[in-house]
Amino acid sequence: MAQTMFDKIWRAHEVSEGLIYIDLHLVHEVTSPQAFDGLRLADRTVRRPDRTLATADHNVPTDGTPTARLIADELSRKQVETLEANCEEFGIPLYSLGSDRRGIVHVIGPELGVTQPGMTIVCGDSHTSTHGAFGALAFGIGTSEVEHVLATQCLGQKRPKTMRINYSGALAEGVVAKDLILATIGRLGTGGMSGYAVEYAGETIEALTMENRMTICNMTIEAGGRAGMIAPDQTTFDYVEGRAAAPEGAEWEAALERWRALPSDEGASFDTEVEVDATSISPMVTWGTTPGMVTEVAAAVPDPAKMNSPADRESAERALAYMALEPNTPITEIALDRVFIGSCTNSRIEDLREAAATVEGRLVAASVRAMVVPGSEQVRAQAEREGLDEIFEAAGFEWRDAGCSMCLGMNPDILAEGERCASTSNRNFEGRQGKGGRTHLVSPKMAAAAAVEGHFVDIRDWS
Amino acid sequence: MEAVEVVEGPVSVLDRADVDTDQIIPKQFLKRVERTGFGEFLFYDWLRDGEIELEANPILVAGRNFGCGSSREHAPWALQDFGFDAIIAPSFADIFRSNCTKNGLLPIELSEAACAAIAAAGEARVELESQAVSWNGGEERFEIDPEIKHRLLNGLDEIAITLQADSEIDVFEAESEAPGPVTTALQA
Repeated sequence: MAQTMFDKIWRAHEVSEGLIYIDLHLVHEVTSPQAFDGLRLADRTVRRPDRTLATADHNVPTDGTPTARLIADELSRKQVETLEANCEEFGIPLYSLGSDRRGIVHVIGPELGVTQPGMTIVCGDSHTSTHGAFGALAFGIGTSEVEHVLATQCLGQKRPKTMRINYSGALAEGVVAKDLILATIGRLGTGGMSGYAVEYAGETIEALTMENRMTICNMTIEAGGRAGMIAPDQTTFDYVEGRAAAPEGAEWEAALERWRALPSDEGASFDTEVEVDATSISPMVTWGTTPGMVTEVAAAVPDPAKMNSPADRESAERALAYMALEPNTPITEIALDRVFIGSCTNSRIEDLREAAATVEGRLVAASVRAMVVPGSEQVRAQAEREGLDEIFEAAGFEWRDAGCSMCLGMNPDILAEGERCASTSNRNFEGRQGKGGRTHLVSPKMAAAAAVEGHFVDIRDWS
Repeated sequence: MEAVEVVEGPVSVLDRADVDTDQIIPKQFLKRVERTGFGEFLFYDWLRDGEIELEANPILVAGRNFGCGSSREHAPWALQDFGFDAIIAPSFADIFRSNCTKNGLLPIELSEAACAAIAAAGEARVELESQAVSWNGGEERFEIDPEIKHRLLNGLDEIAITLQADSEIDVFEAESEAPGPVTTALQA
């Protein structure tokens, strides 16, 4: 019987009904301390340290702080030092401050080649769906589940439903993966993928680079999806080949054979299928306080009075009050105080190249403070080899060390009350980037151009 | 985890859709390395700014897609520590729902109409065994995965249950585990 890619991976990992074997467990400092405590309390060990990898990312200052003990914030320091002690005690490999392999957990997995097709991957972080871009089944878990995986290398899971979203046609000039996923979330709604493992498919997706595919899978959770996946192909294999943890020689050939069998079979049936005409997608900008509150850059802030459902109207009114936006304001007239290029959604080398090409030879508007935060120390080093740091700094951007940075404000990079930010991150929730901060989610190109002009511009006709 | 059979009493109401876990427990409180003591930070900004009022009742009635966003288990820890033993909503975000059940906090999905009726009634009784919520003037059944229900009713440690199948995991690793990256072989 024809199987979906999800079915194939699920079945290959069922220890028993509903108990799934986990091939890779990624760990970071925020959602793991209580899990390690639980292990100690019950006198349990980590079953497979060799299938576990840790890094420090959420709390890390991006100012070049060289070791955990020099983190100024006491609680952040304690959390990172606790991670270091736990990894030492349980024998888990860790890239902490001072390592040139440290970075955002969803950036370093692919970069090191530990993220590979066909695997089951979990992490105590909702953006774990990122790794699905390689044709893996990857999803976020809570701390109790982190403890469960540490102890058993398995996870009790109810089988999700399957959805396939088929994209047809080429993206227009200036339109990128971020716009595609924002438009998709806008269409399906913040709960539209709840209960589903989602496969992104079609010619539009096949034409994308791995980094763009990761951006799409990353934001699956913003529509409530359990996992986002893209079938592995030559683009995937080329990306993985030669990386630190990638198989070599005969093992590489054997892996390729396994991976080539992963894509959904012809005629495989999904619980839901959605068709999207990718040619009609525009550069997108969020206007509200969920990623689903999003519109085209050429449009205006919506008018709640014109919304049909009272619940939608009420949510939109509350969001606009928080965002300090008037209905019907053209998006391109929204002025900005801050620009943030970074996060597990858009901080990879290609994102930085796109942003750098956009600002090269220009200057950040006087009214804007702009920063670029590479997703990992390796991305930072690569960007510096290419001279991207010089382009950004010449334009007036701050060039920082790797970390989650201003995506979630658990470190010194935050918005002040009332500040408005164009951000390449994934969440525009109230207070996400700092209490009272106002976030607009956009692509790296759109953020870079907005930094120069001091307000949003339609990247398609900006020069 | 303590066993849960019945939750009953007054309800608090938070009639908003898409309440995300960043609101339930803002990021500055995720730096603690303990599981306890999160209740005083529940809905920190909203409560402090007078956006909402919330009494520490046994039951919270919330809007659709409750608990969306970040996977932080600190959200159910905070709700439970504040005093809630059950949350009733038209729908929940997947990870949040799962996190709740790991801690004995009941996520109960009911129709929009039932949620509104319970909010109006001001009191309710949740019975896990019969999978029913009753209130003055109505009753509605809810769905729950049978294994999760069994675990909640008996207050079972899920890791201990899985470890009982230790030999099955051994067999899987010996026979079915695919070759994959060895993280301990990576250079430091």
